[in-house]
Amino acid sequence: MPALDWSSIPGALPFLWNGMLVTLSITGVAILVGIVLGTLIATARLSANPIPSSLAALYVNGFRSIPLVMVLLWFYLLVPQLIQALFKNPAADIRLVSAFVAFSLFEASYYAEIIRAGIQSVSRGQVSAGLALGMSRAQTMRLIVLPQAFRRMLPLLLTQAIILFQDTSLVYVIGLSEFFGVAYRTGDRDGTIVELLLFAGAVYFVLCFAASSLVRVLQRKIAL
Amino acid sequence: MSLGLPHTFLGLDWSIFAQPAFDRSGTYFQFLLVGLQWTLIISVLGWAVAFVIGSIAGIMRTLPGRILPSIAAVYVEVFRNVPLLVQLFLWYFVMPELIPGIGMWFKQGLNPLLQQMVAAVLCLGFFTGARVAEQVRSGLGSLPRAQRAAGLALGLNLMQVYLLILLPVAYRIIIPTLTSEFLNIIKNSAVASTIGLVELSRQSQQLGEFTAHWYESFIAVTVLYAAINVAVMLAARYLERAARLPGLVGGHK
Repeated sequence: MPALDWSSIPGALPFLWNGMLVTLSITGVAILVGIVLGTLIATARLSANPIPSSLAALYVNGFRSIPLVMVLLWFYLLVPQLIQALFKNPAADIRLVSAFVAFSLFEASYYAEIIRAGIQSVSRGQVSAGLALGMSRAQTMRLIVLPQAFRRMLPLLLTQAIILFQDTSLVYVIGLSEFFGVAYRTGDRDGTIVELLLFAGAVYFVLCFAASSLVRVLQRKIAL
Repeated sequence: MSLGLPHTFLGLDWSIFAQPAFDRSGTYFQFLLVGLQWTLIISVLGWAVAFVIGSIAGIMRTLPGRILPSIAAVYVEVFRNVPLLVQLFLWYFVMPELIPGIGMWFKQGLNPLLQQMVAAVLCLGFFTGARVAEQVRSGLGSLPRAQRAAGLALGLNLMQVYLLILLPVAYRIIIPTLTSEFLNIIKNSAVASTIGLVELSRQSQQLGEFTAHWYESFIAVTVLYAAINVAVMLAARYLERAARLPGLVGGHK
């Protein structure tokens, strides 16, 4: 086994930290937009009206049947042209904006399925009780069904967030430098690719293992 | 070669697929078929690795004692908590450096395409294997404890109990979740494009780069992925029906 040279890692830490900030910002934006949009899609999918429900099903099944790599490539093709059309002189970092849009819309399809299952796990009697009290359908959904559903699906939403955090490394395919991209490029430049890749893997493992252990604790605590 | 498509449809030029590819290997249609072929090869081989390793690890987690279940648990946690892309780069760039004997064979005995294939298959196999292990464990866990006891009381040894009693039922219970893992491995195989393996998504990028017909290329490849998805789901539905368990929800009446 060859001797490993870890000496280039301390010097690379500031760059790796900047990369981690990009990773975290993509994860954060995609969680927020994904859950809000996912909730809308889930309610549309459960609607009795066939038009919104089949459109929502098309959205969910469409995104879930193609690889994330293709989704990222698609949005890196579409988003710059949209920005060009909307604002004549694009100042924004198009790679970052493309990644935000791609992950937000992609994750929405996964969150929608989790949220749909959560809503369906609330018993029908709760809805009837809400309607009997004189609440509208929207009020029943917002005040009675969704609070219970979110509590029940919180562990799954968080687990999906951990998967999303790992998946952000795929922005490598559109050349955006997040944590993993910085690690790979630093290693490639300095000839320390083995060390940098092992370091990156260890960082992901520690963060994700800690997070999933916390989710497990939470799951036991909030069980209804 | 004509595909029988109108040259322009939706404002896009579909005749591009009948034109010769930049590498003179045939038309761009055949160029995409090469990608499709590699996507299927690494997915199926990766699935075989995942099924074997996942089954072993899943069974180990249900065995009595402490050592074997812990080893399997460590495997599952490590491979679930490191991103797929990082795992692929570890297999492709790091494994050959760290394991001298195998590394030499990998770097000198294999041509670049085979190197990419071996790395992709091992990566997809071990990554998916960790998920298959969890399915196998939960399938085994869903069986009544008395089945194991009854088998042992009949004089079977532990291996016979697993092979003859527990596993045949457990696998049939987890067919739906294994199907979705198989769909995932096909989608995940697209990461192999990052190490240069000429699978479907890599071919679509090359087609775009060399012809500037990005939309035609991405649409064709997206449709191909969706078609594989539908085909696998139909096959899985047939398999599920054939392997239904009497007496369970969704089983025979």
